[in-house]
Amino acid sequence: MNIDIYVFVTLLVLGYVFGRLAEKKHFKSIIEREKKYKDLLTFSERLPPPGMNNTDAELVGGSVVISVDYFKRIVAGLRSIVGGRLTTYESLLERARREAILRMKEAAIDKGAIMVINVKLETSSITKGKGQQIGSVEVYAYGTALSPIAV
Amino acid sequence: MLVTNIEIIPGKRVTTHLGMVQGNTVRSKHAGRDIMAGLKNIFGGELVGYTELLQESREEATARMVQQAKEIGANAVINVRYSTSSVTAGAAELFAYGTAVIIE
Repeated sequence: MNIDIYVFVTLLVLGYVFGRLAEKKHFKSIIEREKKYKDLLTFSERLPPPGMNNTDAELVGGSVVISVDYFKRIVAGLRSIVGGRLTTYESLLERARREAILRMKEAAIDKGAIMVINVKLETSSITKGKGQQIGSVEVYAYGTALSPIAV
Repeated sequence: MLVTNIEIIPGKRVTTHLGMVQGNTVRSKHAGRDIMAGLKNIFGGELVGYTELLQESREEATARMVQQAKEIGANAVINVRYSTSSVTAGAAELFAYGTAVIIE
């Protein structure tokens, strides 16, 4: 009985400390890389802007699977009793989406692209823990990279 | 083979539409990855093993779609979409589909 409580509290503390550190670090790296790649524009437009006809088109994509930590899961579980915003999951999905877009941009830059159009984001939860709680989400970002044809 | 997710290929004209082509794959994770994922479920963070697994599967689904397009004589696939669904616990289906066309 007592051991159960110790294990629970330890997991909670570990989840809080490491989860928070990991999230901070991840957001820092996301912001840095977003600045680095800001010249590569991404659009959700379906068609290329006028005058962009002389380009090579290629499909690029980036994906990431991110897991929520123990502390956040417990907080979200408590929160869903009273309802309302689950901020802990909001930040998880935001991280995942921004990371997926950044990876797509990296793939586009590798191909020498100048813009990515028709960007689509797809989200799926792949693992579900006990009681159907979402453990981790996968986000896949894909689009068409346009790069100038080498003359 | 050109693959895009827009309806046109910039600067090229589509001469023939050959209909829809598709490719799918169902993958399951293995135990080793599952243990690591279990740990990550406590600490939070990226599940690198899963990211790789899904990326590989998606590439395979795309390759199968491209293969099908080649068999019917297409030289490009346009309007490609991806979709993911979980069939059973611990397995995911990756599905890619698009329109096979011949461009000049």
